[in-house]
Amino acid sequence: MNEAKSATGIGASVKRKEDVRFITGSGCYTDDINQPGQSHAAFLRSPYARARIESIDASAALEIEGVIAVLTGADMVADGLGDIPCGWLVKQKDGSDMVSAPHPPMAATQTNYVGEPYGVVIADTLAAARLGMEAVLTDFTELDAIVDLATVRDSEQIHEGVEGNLAFDWELGEREATEAALASAAHVTRLDLTNNRLIPNAMEPRAALGIFDKVSGEHTLYTTSQNPHLARLVLSAFVQIAPEHKLRIVAPDVGGGFGSKIFIYAEETAVIWAARKVGRPVKWTADRSESFLADAHGRDHITHAELGTDEEGRFVALKVQTTANLGAYLSTFGSAVPTYLYGTLMAGQYSTPNIYVEVQGVYTNTAPVDAYRGAGRPEATYVVERIVETAARELGRDPVELRRLNMIKPDQFPYETPVALVYDTGNYEASLAKALVHADYAGFAERRAAAAAEGKRRGIGLACYIEACGLAPSNLAIQLGAQVGLYESGEIRVNPTGSVTVFTGSHSHGQGHETTFAQVVSDKLGIPFEDVEVVHGDTGRVEFGLGTYGSRSLAVGGSALIRAAEKLITKGRRIAAHMLEAEVDAVEFIDGDFLVKDSNQSLSFAEIAFAAYVPANYPEDLEPGFSEKAFYDPENFTYPAGTHIAEVEVDVDTGVVELKQFVAVDDFGNVINPMIVTGQVHGGVAQGAGQALLEQAIYDEFGQLVTGSYMDYCMPRADDVPDFTVDTTVTPCTHNPLGVKGCGEAGAIGSPAAIMNAVTDAVGDNSISMPATSEKVWRALR
Amino acid sequence: MYRFNYHKPSSIEEAVSLFNSSDDGFYLSGGQTLIPTLKLGLASPVDIIDLSNIEALHGISVDSGLVSIGAFTRHAEVAEHPEIRRVLPVLSHLAGRIGDGQVRNLGTMGGSVANSDPAADYPAAVIGLGATIHTGKRTISGDDYFKDLFETALEPGEIITRIDYPIPDRAAYRKFPNPASRYAVVGVLVADFAGAIRVGVTGAGPCAFRATGIEAVLNQNLDPDALKVVDLPDAGFNSDLHASAEYRAHLVKVMAERAVTDILAL
Amino acid sequence: MKVSLTVNGDRHELDVPENTLLVEIIRERLGLTGTHIGCDTSQCGACTVHMNGRTVKSCSLLAGQIDGAEITTIEGIGTPEDLHPMQAAFRECHALQCGFCTPGMIMRAIELVEQTPELDNKAVREGLEGNICRCTGYHNIVEAVLHAARVPQSARAE
Repeated sequence: MNEAKSATGIGASVKRKEDVRFITGSGCYTDDINQPGQSHAAFLRSPYARARIESIDASAALEIEGVIAVLTGADMVADGLGDIPCGWLVKQKDGSDMVSAPHPPMAATQTNYVGEPYGVVIADTLAAARLGMEAVLTDFTELDAIVDLATVRDSEQIHEGVEGNLAFDWELGEREATEAALASAAHVTRLDLTNNRLIPNAMEPRAALGIFDKVSGEHTLYTTSQNPHLARLVLSAFVQIAPEHKLRIVAPDVGGGFGSKIFIYAEETAVIWAARKVGRPVKWTADRSESFLADAHGRDHITHAELGTDEEGRFVALKVQTTANLGAYLSTFGSAVPTYLYGTLMAGQYSTPNIYVEVQGVYTNTAPVDAYRGAGRPEATYVVERIVETAARELGRDPVELRRLNMIKPDQFPYETPVALVYDTGNYEASLAKALVHADYAGFAERRAAAAAEGKRRGIGLACYIEACGLAPSNLAIQLGAQVGLYESGEIRVNPTGSVTVFTGSHSHGQGHETTFAQVVSDKLGIPFEDVEVVHGDTGRVEFGLGTYGSRSLAVGGSALIRAAEKLITKGRRIAAHMLEAEVDAVEFIDGDFLVKDSNQSLSFAEIAFAAYVPANYPEDLEPGFSEKAFYDPENFTYPAGTHIAEVEVDVDTGVVELKQFVAVDDFGNVINPMIVTGQVHGGVAQGAGQALLEQAIYDEFGQLVTGSYMDYCMPRADDVPDFTVDTTVTPCTHNPLGVKGCGEAGAIGSPAAIMNAVTDAVGDNSISMPATSEKVWRALR
Repeated sequence: MYRFNYHKPSSIEEAVSLFNSSDDGFYLSGGQTLIPTLKLGLASPVDIIDLSNIEALHGISVDSGLVSIGAFTRHAEVAEHPEIRRVLPVLSHLAGRIGDGQVRNLGTMGGSVANSDPAADYPAAVIGLGATIHTGKRTISGDDYFKDLFETALEPGEIITRIDYPIPDRAAYRKFPNPASRYAVVGVLVADFAGAIRVGVTGAGPCAFRATGIEAVLNQNLDPDALKVVDLPDAGFNSDLHASAEYRAHLVKVMAERAVTDILAL
Repeated sequence: MKVSLTVNGDRHELDVPENTLLVEIIRERLGLTGTHIGCDTSQCGACTVHMNGRTVKSCSLLAGQIDGAEITTIEGIGTPEDLHPMQAAFRECHALQCGFCTPGMIMRAIELVEQTPELDNKAVREGLEGNICRCTGYHNIVEAVLHAARVPQSARAE
């Protein structure tokens, strides 16, 4: 870790500002907010995976005491509301646009997954709304559900005009060169993989409170969002709820997101629309059962991959063919996740010269699939690191040595991969070496023997992952199909007494921005940490921003704050020069003081702030005030990378896999708050362990979600995971002012591959799929 | 949750009379199964009859050879009770593995046994220890009590008042928990009563049962390895997304082996 | 129905529908929103409070069951100026991120320390099986509980 200059500056493990309210029960989440006169919403949800809505009879519901209104998808259409758009337009192999099926906020004529909202009951109380919901009589004609990825292309069309239920057939890399290299390779490793479908399960369920002021025409939506400005933009420009200046979206304390709170959903849309329709505030908070059905799910790929090696074991070609389940509709970033956030990562940490990826994105009658922690990159890492490990086994090579042989070397940066990215910097062997020490890799044989003596099988597995984070250079992203820029805003308002309020367009739902961003600003401006307040999550207070996902907050949002701080310093130097009767070039800014070079004259940051607001002795051609704003658009993605090593023990009699040890050594570039970074890795690793060993969303052949509660969907509990060993190596990012890369997703990216490499090593069967449940392992051992 | 009337009788007679006069009455004990069921709208009773105030359902007594536990005793009390831990540690151990800590602070033994969830833990003890179930009006042998999925020998309105557990020479319980719900995928209790072995199994079938095949083998030879040759048919075993019938049958054997190992180490 | 209960030392006489849950009384009637609802199957533990000194899931208790009970919620164990040792340990050890599971986790952890004389890593992990956290991976929560367990309980009267 880099050394901290001060106890609260960059590099220090500062205790979090936000903690005091959370540990005392004083946090303010959306469901904690109430409005006078508020009504409650209960959603009508499709009981079928695919059905035509023939008629909706709300008469009995409307007679129930307290029921105010029953509003349907058809009412939304009648009100002229638009569809929810997909935010990333993917071009197909033949250059044509992807086929984006209409995605109405609430279904009007046909439902396409179990749990899809097609109407909402508004009532005085939640109890009345629920009774009303049960009293609505909907006549459906049930249609065949299309859920099986293996047969979806040959099934009936879910959406009119979408042939073969294919949203896109996408490719990246050189097919011919890759196939030729595979044909002449000394050895080809072939692997079929399933990336299991997951349900994000942030502990706070989604919630919304919509308020309409009929005098001013202002709409206010409190909601569980990772990116309130993006939500406002979509609800305004596309769904046409209200003009942007009459729509305020506030995301207060948000209890975890992991991607699932990026997207624009039916319920939040309906709540703000209904508030205007019924003339009262409308509140909705999801039951966990609703979250299971109607939050966007994650992952869900089937993949065939082939890796060619030469006589020395050098990778000569990688070919990957994936079918990605997109669910019933293209969610906000649903098309980007299995394409640009996936195919572009197939080089991994290696200098494989020929790579070709093709992905078929298909519609099914299941909940939409979108970004979930890592979003495309865990899937890519799973392909690369499983097949590399498999190749090592097939070739009889040490998996560490084979990886080392193929790694991009520190002197090769910047390194352009065959799949569209330019890695700016890295030192993959350094994190690998450190991880091997932490894991006592050399001592594994002994531990394996000790386990065997107790009748257990012990296995070890590595994953050397890379991710592209810090989303994203707007120009490049828009070229590749993004419908918005991916810069970030930052504003520093200095108060006349010298304390500052920081406004960021990114959003914290557990990441600790109030602390980390305050560290960055206090460090840069040389002011006390306690004098910095961070505001986020309110379109009524904060400049337009793009929010938090893709490990982008610090790399992009933090960089915007550095730029804003630089503007303040520039202005401060002019003010100081004037007041101290010096040339501007002679004024330096060091640790919170404006100093005249080679003199003992100086003014503090607070004195300059005061002068800017009380401009008595002030430059004539300078505006008063001390407040600056910046938009930062990154030049490139950032490329965190590292090595994760898992060690498992298998109970041969029962098939139970125990995760005994997990080591993560990550290169996140510079680290602002090591305590927070370590915590982010812990959480990501537990989610990856969940994917590898416990979690799986299962739909039956009728499209009913079988794993619809914590009774059946297995969340990692405290006793499912061990203590983790977490460390870092540092190669600073070369293109942002903080030298940071982002740490939010890494834990979930490397860990599934590392754990499954360990499980298959222990069992001696490479075909075990995630999650490696005890019965699967037991069967493999028989 | 639907509306209902709420009653808190102070005697068995009053409770039964409330039940008999209700169109659809449900007894409420610890509520750790019933309340989630109500919340999900899976049951809609007219009357909820809370049994917490009935003196006769409370109290624990330990005699030579017998532990008698009031039906309203919470799982945590059984897990922590010093006397039970001393004379019948297997029961404390079992109770300490039901659900999670918060559930154990509320859930009751009588509620669990009356509900007869196929994946509940207590039924393994009722069977494995050969317990006797007392109701307001009769006693039922543990062997005759569990009938089928959520079906017991209890008549409508009949209330378990206490359960008497004979104290074996030694006993052990092994549970293979469902990793998601923490209920038993299978649970096996093996007890040695002066050389006579009883084996109670929960989780595997529609209700708890005696594994007579395993008992026969262990009565010959109380050795975990003796079970390796036992052929345990999985006919009628539960099969769900967490475990097939075949896997459950296998797990019964493994848990039985481990319980025997535990017993031999006592 | 009428129920009387004591919450964080304050006595309340309430008239509520029979199908009211304790968590609804706490959050909606008493406005104590530190207690959270994270699921509807009594699994997640976000709603954990103390009833007569022991932890319960307040989503799984009916109003009638808590008549006469002493309830303590997260708001009742400490203040920003005078944190309970467990609250302090959670902050010290970075045992929370989004904060949503935290109140329930802290309430359960307090009972665990009180009830378990010799708490080790394994016992803490097993003891927290009724509380789900999605952010922390549990590592720092376990550390916080062990950290608090080492603080003499007499250091601060509850």
